Amino acid sequence: MSLTQSDAQSDPTRTQPGRGSVSGYEAVHISREFRTLRRRFGSFVVPATVLFLSWYFLYVIIAAFAPGFMRLHVLGEVNVGLCFGVLQFVSAFVITVAYRRWARRNLDPLSDRLRQRLEARRRR
Amino acid sequence: MTAQQATQATQVAQATHTLAAATVGTPEVNLLIFAFFIIVTLVIAVRAAGTNRTTTDYYAGGRAFTGPQNGIAIGGDYLSAASFLGIAGLIALYGYDGFLYSIGFLVGWLLVLLLIAGPLRNTGRYTAADVLDFRLKAVPVRAAAAVSTLTVSLFYLLAQMAGAGGLVSLLLGVNGSVGQDITVVIVGLLMIFYVLVGGMKGTTWVQIVKATILTVGAAVTAFWVLARSGFNISALLHHAAASSPAGNAVLGPGLIYGANTVSKFDFISLAIALVLGTAGLPHVLMRLYTVPDAREARRSVIWTVWLVGLFYLFTLVLGYGAMWLVGGKQILAAPGRANAAVPLLAFKLGGTLLLGIVAAVAFATILAVVAGLTITASASFAHDVYAGVLRRGEADPDDEVRVARTTAVVIGAVAVIGGIFAKDIDVAFLVGLAFAVAASANLPSILYSLFWPRFTARGALWSIYGGLISSVVLIIFSPVVSGQVSPAGGAGASLISDPHINFAFFPLDNPGIVSIPLAFFLGWLGTVTDRRTADPARFARIQVRALTGIGAEHGSRG
Repeated sequence: MSLTQSDAQSDPTRTQPGRGSVSGYEAVHISREFRTLRRRFGSFVVPATVLFLSWYFLYVIIAAFAPGFMRLHVLGEVNVGLCFGVLQFVSAFVITVAYRRWARRNLDPLSDRLRQRLEARRRR
Repeated sequence: MTAQQATQATQVAQATHTLAAATVGTPEVNLLIFAFFIIVTLVIAVRAAGTNRTTTDYYAGGRAFTGPQNGIAIGGDYLSAASFLGIAGLIALYGYDGFLYSIGFLVGWLLVLLLIAGPLRNTGRYTAADVLDFRLKAVPVRAAAAVSTLTVSLFYLLAQMAGAGGLVSLLLGVNGSVGQDITVVIVGLLMIFYVLVGGMKGTTWVQIVKATILTVGAAVTAFWVLARSGFNISALLHHAAASSPAGNAVLGPGLIYGANTVSKFDFISLAIALVLGTAGLPHVLMRLYTVPDAREARRSVIWTVWLVGLFYLFTLVLGYGAMWLVGGKQILAAPGRANAAVPLLAFKLGGTLLLGIVAAVAFATILAVVAGLTITASASFAHDVYAGVLRRGEADPDDEVRVARTTAVVIGAVAVIGGIFAKDIDVAFLVGLAFAVAASANLPSILYSLFWPRFTARGALWSIYGGLISSVVLIIFSPVVSGQVSPAGGAGASLISDPHINFAFFPLDNPGIVSIPLAFFLGWLGTVTDRRTADPARFARIQVRALTGIGAEHGSRG
């Protein structure tokens, strides 16, 4: 993505001495690796948040303004409303499981690598 | 099969009418089970006390809990009496609309999981205000965050204490105002003891014990109800609707909030408050610090989602089960009204013993949640107000813990007095209001601090005070406080029961639909009109720390 970035920016160990710890963070913040981490974090949590909030408010608005739809029978006394409500539970569980799996695979290794490098630099 | 069940249902309905409404079960049995729970938890608190030495021990349980342990404890903090008794009671009386509460309560956790848990754990030490301070480094912001934390905690605390009196009068046969007041005092004393002696470690273990017996109790009772209906959901719903005066209306939305456009918007307002409020609840946020690192915080929330989700599915069964087997008439006649539905159902199913167990679970719930809120409020006062504001971050840790302990006693006393006065207010409802205040006052500034580069201290102050004041003021001028005429006639349903006193110019019960967007807007407005710009270095620091955990407070296992 950011081909124009110099090595100095992507390497947090190369900050000038005497600028204090906060500027060390700044160097990391603009480094390529951190930007990748942040983009990855956003690429899951932003769509997931938009999705679950839209799905939830769709349900709320239908419950408030189209109760007749919620009363349609599906199977015996089980109606659309009950199914829709239980589906909110199912979607919460699915997002939780999906996030756990995704974060373990895509977020944690990158975050660990960055932290270890930073900690190694701090000890020096 | 169905005919058999129908006769069974009529028999139950007949038995219902003959049952005395005042108290159910044998108070002695209930008392014995209560005493057993209290002794077990006191032993836990005393054992945990031996290892309480530092501020980290007192506030964050030494950060030594695992994700699953903390997840269960968060569930324990979250599943208050309002959830267990209140929501099941609402379902038993009004059917589907009670279920709507539980969906908001669950879905709100996704926000905590995705945006809050890890970053908050990485960037704070003990309280939610730590995150704002880390980003903005402004004493007034820490003070504002502490004010909102204390307000939300007290609101929630009142809701729990209000529930305690009515519940205990139902279960222990303590009748009359004095008996209830004494119960509230005893609850207060026990909770102060847990917090003073056990600190966060003791309180967490109390939550774990309580959440476990609560979930098992709900599961067993729900299973029992399902067995009675032949494991046929449709049959359960059919019987429930048949024994409700509202008939099939209980199976769909609208009985509470469907009356008119105003009530529909009230429902949407409540829905917004529920889904955004969880991520602003100070006693939930503080629990995220009891684990060694951000990953365990995430694991905690995952456990909580499962626990809370399964629990609310059980509640749905319990609610319709109570509608079928107990019936609305008897529930409304019992002391504690909607809150009595589950205890009455337990009595109907398993007699004195199951009632005693459910009663003990409910009592444990109140005790544990009250203890959790007290430790949060005392931590916020000692860590944010005393150490952060009064001592400008230079307080001696021993003094800080001493202040926290003193505050816990004061808060306990306030809760007892408040509980005595707020006895007759509907519990689930008060909790809904606490969520609205939490979502308005706490959530916007936390999200902006973590994710918005331009956010300034001025924006934070506008957002926190704007959200806090607007939500509380709108509640004061809502039908909750004045002017509501009870549908049954007679005294009004508002806090001020004289229907002639009416200053309710805000039509909705729940302020969320106005105060939450307002708080987000004020946070933005206060920032963009600020002459001082945000320090990019601070934003860089909070983002790097939030996502990598570099420099975060570590636990004993981290």
